[in-house]
Amino acid sequence: MSQTAVSTQRPSKTDTAYDVELRKVFKVYNGETAVRGVDLQIRSGEFFSILGPSGCGKTTTLRLVAGFETPSAGEVLVRGQSMLTVPPYQRPVNTVFQSYALFGHMTIWDNVAFSLKLKGKTKAELQDRVREALELVKMTSFAHRYPAQLSGGQQQRVALARALVNRPAVLLLDEPLGALDLKLRKEMQVELTSLQQELGMTFVMVTHDQEEALSMSDRIAVMNEGRVEQIGSPSEIYERPRTPFVADFIGETNLFRGRLTQHDRDGLTVVTDAGLQLAVKSQEPWAGGGGGGGDVVVSVRPEKVHVSLYKPEVAANCFEGDLRNIMYLGTHVHYVVELRSGDRVTVMQVNTGGERPKLHVPVYVHWSPVDCLALAA
Amino acid sequence: MTESVSPVPPTPATPEPEERRSRTQGLGPWILLGPPGLWLLLLLVLPVLVIFELSLVPGIRPGDLVNPSGLDNYVEILKPIYLRVILRTVGFAGASTAICLLLGFPVAYWIALMSPRRWRNALVVAFVLPLWTSSLLRSYAWITILRPTGVLNSFLATFGIPQLDLLNQNAAVLIGMSYSFLPYMVLILYSSLEKLDRRLLEAASDLGATPVQAFWQVTVPQSIQGIAAGSLLVFISSLGDFINPELLGGASSMTASRLIYNQFLGATQNWGFGSSLSMVIILAVSAAIALLIRYGDATPKT
Repeated sequence: MSQTAVSTQRPSKTDTAYDVELRKVFKVYNGETAVRGVDLQIRSGEFFSILGPSGCGKTTTLRLVAGFETPSAGEVLVRGQSMLTVPPYQRPVNTVFQSYALFGHMTIWDNVAFSLKLKGKTKAELQDRVREALELVKMTSFAHRYPAQLSGGQQQRVALARALVNRPAVLLLDEPLGALDLKLRKEMQVELTSLQQELGMTFVMVTHDQEEALSMSDRIAVMNEGRVEQIGSPSEIYERPRTPFVADFIGETNLFRGRLTQHDRDGLTVVTDAGLQLAVKSQEPWAGGGGGGGDVVVSVRPEKVHVSLYKPEVAANCFEGDLRNIMYLGTHVHYVVELRSGDRVTVMQVNTGGERPKLHVPVYVHWSPVDCLALAA
Repeated sequence: MTESVSPVPPTPATPEPEERRSRTQGLGPWILLGPPGLWLLLLLVLPVLVIFELSLVPGIRPGDLVNPSGLDNYVEILKPIYLRVILRTVGFAGASTAICLLLGFPVAYWIALMSPRRWRNALVVAFVLPLWTSSLLRSYAWITILRPTGVLNSFLATFGIPQLDLLNQNAAVLIGMSYSFLPYMVLILYSSLEKLDRRLLEAASDLGATPVQAFWQVTVPQSIQGIAAGSLLVFISSLGDFINPELLGGASSMTASRLIYNQFLGATQNWGFGSSLSMVIILAVSAAIALLIRYGDATPKT
């Protein structure tokens, strides 16, 4: 399937608008296919994330770009140049490894200077650039320490400086913040994005954390079982998921499986397996089959669902249920409502301070037809 | 979030272990140290002291009274003929260490980093297998290979290559020594290389290092402790090796261990001089080990 508007205007081989391009890339390990026909075009200067659950092939995809893996089929291009015969040490990309992979027998300074020394830079240039890189990540005062003497967050910064000092065309980041605690991770998210904007460098980040991907990226590719499910901006991915997997994986959602019974100008009518009748009015025309009978999944975000103690004056998508769980999250309140049909609906409401329903009381949930999305199952 | 709240309350600190520790604090370590301490005292410290006492007696023969009288035996070692023997001993040890390192490193590297994972243990065992036979037997095997009418020469003869006369030469001693101690080198290097983080090699490659540069700048420094430990073990073992120089070497392959043997059980029968030679070897080995302990672990590792 074609993912975005971009993929329709296919570039020629010498087009350098794309810093990284993957064309129908496959990777097979011992009979198991890790990557199945991935097409990606990563624009120059963008912060691109590859998001997916563990084992979806996202790290393999990144390693194919870095050159640690060779594709079983397909082509990998960096700045329009085919990388098929280029070993990792000659590719214009650098990697920030998940485990940082700092050289334990070298000081921080020598770690950062490693790639410049190999290139035979003059001593003056080497000194300037190492200092500059260490300043960029605020690690200048640690230059003479060894990696084992630093905290995880500090090692992370050094790994970043070591990868940036070489001024690569593309910086690859493999779960760069995965090993940090929550507070540090939030700080580094901000720092990484501002660094990327400052340098104007193309960043390709692999992550399993959808919040991280949404908050940091210009565009996201969502991967599942070796395939790209969708590519788009964070808001496109979140608000207009193309597949049930993307809807479920990105953020929380309520999914109802059912069959399409009616399709007209006013929208779609879906009857779920449990017998609920749902009205859907998408902004986008229904891409699936016309008449009735098709399998569909309807997705409703928890924050679009309303909970009330009294029957609201709406006709569509209003159901009675029992309040099964309340989680008070400060700014928000999270409810789980079990409908008469047996379906469970999660609801996220802003804590406005009004009267809150109590546990196990009968409540009504409702949502607008424009707030749900029908996806071909 | 439910996962942040631990459902199990923190275990209350029991005063019991604390109490027990303080009660046995004075005695506990000594009880533990007792058996190995006694072992060391009886089998290491006392014999060394006996050797040291003997080394102070000039020209003592079996049955003579022990009557320490000075350092004459040590002065004797400084004679050029004996210095040459010691130099040759160190030369053999150094050369066989170098040979073992050169042959052992590629093998250990291959087993640890390149062979299929499920074969690794089998390969290591296969390499260590020769150690299960007697070292005397292995040296005799080399005699049958290296002697003028031996396996090697009959093999060379089939290709019309001129005969090699290796037996009773220094070359034969080196072959035998290297063969004897190679498994130790491979074993130690393997355990060191096996711990090598491959992601470091990927990082080096990512940063522009060719495989050769990555080897010298990452693999070797990362396994330097294994290299040092393996080399030292081979060096010390070679320094004290008696069987290989005695069986495979000739008159010109006199080493310190053969010289010591001659002083005690051979024709010379000079226990005092033999003891002083032994003391010099013991001191040299101790110094080497002390250096390794002092400088072997200088850089912090990740």
